[in-house]
Amino acid sequence: MKKILLRYKAFVAVSSLFILLLIYNYALGLKVLTITAYSFKEMLLVIPPIFILLGLLDVWIPKETMVKHLGPNSGFKGILLSFFLGSAASGPLYGAFPVAAVLMKKGAKFSNILIFIGAWSTTKIPMFLFELTSLGAPFAITRLLINIPGIIIIAYALEKVSSKAEIAELYSNAKKYSD
Amino acid sequence: MDYALYIIALTLLGISFFKNKMKTKQALKKAWKAFENILPEFLVVIALVSFLLAVVEPAFIAQVIGSESGWTGVILATLIGAVTLIPGFVAFPTAALLLQGGAGYMQLGAFISTLMMVGIVTLPIEQKYFGLKLAMYRNGFAFLFSFLVAYTIGMVVPNL
Repeated sequence: MKKILLRYKAFVAVSSLFILLLIYNYALGLKVLTITAYSFKEMLLVIPPIFILLGLLDVWIPKETMVKHLGPNSGFKGILLSFFLGSAASGPLYGAFPVAAVLMKKGAKFSNILIFIGAWSTTKIPMFLFELTSLGAPFAITRLLINIPGIIIIAYALEKVSSKAEIAELYSNAKKYSD
Repeated sequence: MDYALYIIALTLLGISFFKNKMKTKQALKKAWKAFENILPEFLVVIALVSFLLAVVEPAFIAQVIGSESGWTGVILATLIGAVTLIPGFVAFPTAALLLQGGAGYMQLGAFISTLMMVGIVTLPIEQKYFGLKLAMYRNGFAFLFSFLVAYTIGMVVPNL
């Protein structure tokens, strides 16, 4: 019990602040709570299935398959596949991080994981369609065209700034988080 | 559309169960453990984001990032986008409203780009998987990149 409380201490603190807000500014407090409830509903729509898919991926896809398609020797096809996997996703960016951990554990190449994260963040296909209808084709297409090289450049720049030891540590961390 | 992910996940779960009960059980266990592992951070992030959304009014944003606001507007737009986390299907209709409300294309490009690529409030989650250094770098690069996106959109879109 104490352990649980300790892990959730930040959440307990934030909840207490919300209660205080409700006391001192009822209207704003209520607005915050309404939006919080809405955001939770939103989270429930995407997060549980992402984790179920992640569990299935972990159990059913053998490491060899992942290494072959996304690993150190996956080359251009690996980049394309990473882009596709990230873009086909749905849900907010924070959903991508646990998936990235499983990809690491299964031996995907670091730059491919970073491309996957980049694609998930900003070239998601469902979001592109949304953007197209709300802001028009010139806006959405221009952004997509500049994002594709941008994601790749950012991925390689991030790989450059990380030392081999740091990357190795992230990979061993990833094992811990998805076992 | 809303339930698409559930349908996909449950269908695959069903197939998995049909093929191998043990493995399916193992998958669900792993799913739960991975979820519970990040849940404390999730809860805090969601609460903070909701607070921000309640405090910041769309009308205020439209005013700050108007089409005449130039690079000052772009900088403000990138900052607003970086600290907020709005789900896409709320963000794009909101952006469309901002556009009608007088926001400029260049500023909106900056806003949308950092909104999607930069996550200040989700840093605690990102850090857990990628470490503080890399998380900071990724957000920093994405932040700078958003200026390039804004510039390009500002050059291209109003002339089309």
